[in-house]
Amino acid sequence: MSNRVVITGLGVVAPNGVGLEEFTKAIKAGISGITFHQNLNDKGFSCCIGGIPIISEEKKQQYLSPLQLRGFHSSSILYGCLAGIDAWKDAGFSLDEHSDLDYNSGIVFGTGTSGIEKFREAIYKIDDQKVRRLGSTSVLQTMASGISAYLGGILGLGNQVTTNSSACTTGTEALLMGFERIKNGKSKRMLVGSSSDSSLYTWGGFDAMRVMSYKHNETPEKGSRPMSETASGFVPGSGSGALILESLESALERKANIYAEVIGGNINSGGQRNGGTLTAPNPEAVQKCIRDALADAGINSSEIDVINGHLTATSKDTLEIENWTKALQRKEGEFPYINSLKSMVGHCLAAAGAIECVASVLQIKEQFIFPNINCEDIHPEILKMISEEKIPRKMIEKKINNIVKASFGFGDVNACVIFKKYTK
Amino acid sequence: MTKEELITKLSAIVKPYIQNEEAFKSLNENTDFINDLEINSANLVDIILDIEDEFDIEIDNDSMEQMLSVKATVEIIQKKMNI
Repeated sequence: MSNRVVITGLGVVAPNGVGLEEFTKAIKAGISGITFHQNLNDKGFSCCIGGIPIISEEKKQQYLSPLQLRGFHSSSILYGCLAGIDAWKDAGFSLDEHSDLDYNSGIVFGTGTSGIEKFREAIYKIDDQKVRRLGSTSVLQTMASGISAYLGGILGLGNQVTTNSSACTTGTEALLMGFERIKNGKSKRMLVGSSSDSSLYTWGGFDAMRVMSYKHNETPEKGSRPMSETASGFVPGSGSGALILESLESALERKANIYAEVIGGNINSGGQRNGGTLTAPNPEAVQKCIRDALADAGINSSEIDVINGHLTATSKDTLEIENWTKALQRKEGEFPYINSLKSMVGHCLAAAGAIECVASVLQIKEQFIFPNINCEDIHPEILKMISEEKIPRKMIEKKINNIVKASFGFGDVNACVIFKKYTK
Repeated sequence: MTKEELITKLSAIVKPYIQNEEAFKSLNENTDFINDLEINSANLVDIILDIEDEFDIEIDNDSMEQMLSVKATVEIIQKKMNI
């Protein structure tokens, strides 16, 4: 038994747009969500810029109950609930706390660390010998599966409800885990996505590793520069992306709006061999992941119209382009279009894959390629491999059939998915 | 503080946690937190913390275990406040 899997709902909480409409407008127009943050400066960060979604108190109260908001200090759960609930509604389902338990729908919602501000609060209380003052909220807001647990209860879902974690691959991996589950007939619908806190405590370690850009504190919107010669490290971001995956049969039965089809993908690891380390990818495994995704989808590399890359704006961008050219056996003018959402929202870490999958699916649905901003000076090493026009700096409206999206993460882990314009 | 005043304060404390509005409306000395108000048992510890803050008292583990109804809770608060 092998089901076709389609996408019937989207939700997004991104630094440059909260909600599908605002986000779509922003990525079409090339709007940056990166701003300066005084608290990073106060704590002595080298990189004082980052991407934080703007959410009003009023909006919070629309999604979470007063009880859920008591002692609530987990931005990743907040973002995940917003994106997840939006996606669920976008797919045509209603929100009802007394709904019948739905055994045919499940959740894979990933994160890296979640609820780190709540965790900090708990640590201070424990060190202050006030462990009993933690109350009941500490565990629920700091367990990694907090997001899937909150969403599972809000939506009343009875299939598998779980959380995955694979660093910056997390969101794309979540999508592929949900895809496999529906494809194999274990579930009809899966809410998939990932979420990441907006917190200096999440970002501090990266600042210490000197992988974040410290050269654009005065010009935050220019800071995230994937594929640029003057790229100087990634800019941290945060937020959440969510997608409703559904068997084609179920989607047609419900007469649901279909955004695109997931036709295949692959997840692997470079095993920290052949040049791979805890922090660097094994190029051979990256290429294999892409090739295996194409094989799983049953398409030829020549059928790929657009690549939505991982492309973080570190020195690894050039290597990523090389990997794409080798995996697809396409270069220069034959190379597909390529873009990186990180130029606008920064690197949303565990949430990156999911937010970028949402952006990829929007490009198929609305037939456009969003621009790469801050890439007026493309890296010369990249230009040796692919033609300049393949890196659009302005939005392009174009007929798109297939988009390939890949994410790579610390631990030398890779995930690659192929989205196709839905046709009967 | 009279018992009635205590119950009024207590009812404001438990209000965010209750799941049975009807039982809450007729809250009295014999109301049970879990069976009547349908409060999630995990939230009982939060109610205890809120009580400690409101009355400026500290509630030990043994007392905590008994605080399942309005009556028992009021008695323990009175004892801790020496009233």
